[in-house]
Amino acid sequence: MSKPKAGFYWCASCGGCEESVVDLAEDILGVVDAIDFVFFPVAMDFKRQDVEAMEDDEMTVCFINGAIRTSEQREMAELLRRKSLFLIAYGSCSYLGGIPGLANLYSREQIMQFVYHDSPSTANPEGNRPQTAFKAPEGDLELPSLDREVKTLDQVVDVDYYIPGCAPPTALLKAAVEALLSGELPPKGSVLAPDKALCEDCPRIDTKPDEPLITAFKRPWEIEIDHEKCLLAQGLLCLGPATRTGCDHVCINGNMPCTGCMGPVSRVRDHGTAILSALASLIDSNDEKEIEDMLDGIPDPAGTFYRYGLPHSTLFAKCGITHGNGEV
Amino acid sequence: MPEDVSLPIAEEFEPRIVAFFCNWCTYTASDLAGTSRMTYAPNTRVIRVMCSGRIDPQFILAALRGGADGVLLGGCHPGDCHYQAGNYKCLRRYRLLKRLLAQMGIEEQRVRLEWIAASEGDRVQKVTNEMVEQIRKLGPLNLEHIPAPDVDVDAEEPLAAAAEGAVS
Repeated sequence: MSKPKAGFYWCASCGGCEESVVDLAEDILGVVDAIDFVFFPVAMDFKRQDVEAMEDDEMTVCFINGAIRTSEQREMAELLRRKSLFLIAYGSCSYLGGIPGLANLYSREQIMQFVYHDSPSTANPEGNRPQTAFKAPEGDLELPSLDREVKTLDQVVDVDYYIPGCAPPTALLKAAVEALLSGELPPKGSVLAPDKALCEDCPRIDTKPDEPLITAFKRPWEIEIDHEKCLLAQGLLCLGPATRTGCDHVCINGNMPCTGCMGPVSRVRDHGTAILSALASLIDSNDEKEIEDMLDGIPDPAGTFYRYGLPHSTLFAKCGITHGNGEV
Repeated sequence: MPEDVSLPIAEEFEPRIVAFFCNWCTYTASDLAGTSRMTYAPNTRVIRVMCSGRIDPQFILAALRGGADGVLLGGCHPGDCHYQAGNYKCLRRYRLLKRLLAQMGIEEQRVRLEWIAASEGDRVQKVTNEMVEQIRKLGPLNLEHIPAPDVDVDAEEPLAAAAEGAVS
């Protein structure tokens, strides 16, 4: 019997997810022994036509990383959905919108205006803007357009499983591949990672006070961070209370607070306000003025609490960026 | 000439407000307003919670996303919480949430926290009427339909209105 086929594709992402495959190191040999990569544009020379030529569901699994921002990414997501038995949203961008998802705080026009005209490093005296059609000497070219907002993969196509992380921990990838090969799969729609909060298995849990009351919010560069003490108790914005574990605490072990890349646990609908709720209730003051002063220590709540998941959040985007049928 | 009864009265914007009232103070106050036969705008849908500390900010977003034009929170006055500190937790969350909502382009007046004691039925009346009028002026929030279906859009299409309206 021939080996199961797999694909690995990227949309709006940074390449870190591909890096996590490389991080499998020697273990990648076992993966390649067991499955056949038939589409992996970052690493191997396959073209879109190769995918179009496949039968429907020909690939056992396709991993898609990156958020969906362009018409091309939407088309590829739809194509790969048709050709794959299992479609996996791989990494925070694909699952939650990721860092690119923060673009949903701005309208498409604002982004275009800044990138092509206003940014300090832009030199564009003719005021050129990207075009979706271009008449080249060789013929008419058609180019992808930028969608009005950033979407998660499952806001565009049906997704079977999610692997969180920025980038996903290799242990989760390995476990997912093993589960797919053995056929012992959890219910559709599952996030293939432990379903508990980071704090629960944090190596510093013993130093977390029952009520770690915060008197001032600190940013990592403002203090000398204790290597053993709970980061919340030190006033750092650690998103551990509402973020899924499974990351091997790489940030905590590096003495940095959790920034929330693994997304929420399954009982949480809106990751940002879940962590907002947990953190705010720890503020050690009952006085409105004092509370306001302390909150100045969180200069960018949206960027902090929705760092990896604005498109997945309840509000999806800044109000007025997108409305009704897409008309602004 | 007969009066034109087909005038679009029903199409006039009526604010929909979801109110989370704590069992011990504000909900009791709204009961008092009712038994005292005070009349006030019928635009609130009141949800009774045991304590304002039970109001998860996720509830507020869910209400807005689900079609509410505003959310009113009611709890006991500082120092009066039945559970000692629930209203303070509500206050801290509310203050931080307001900052987040401002970044998300949601107008200040759409989410409001008020301390209303069990004896202050008149305050339920006043606050509700005030909020309904403020939100009537702001207009509908219209978050039910996001994310919108994708349409291929030309990158050159002018969206100047959006740029103006959405500058943070």
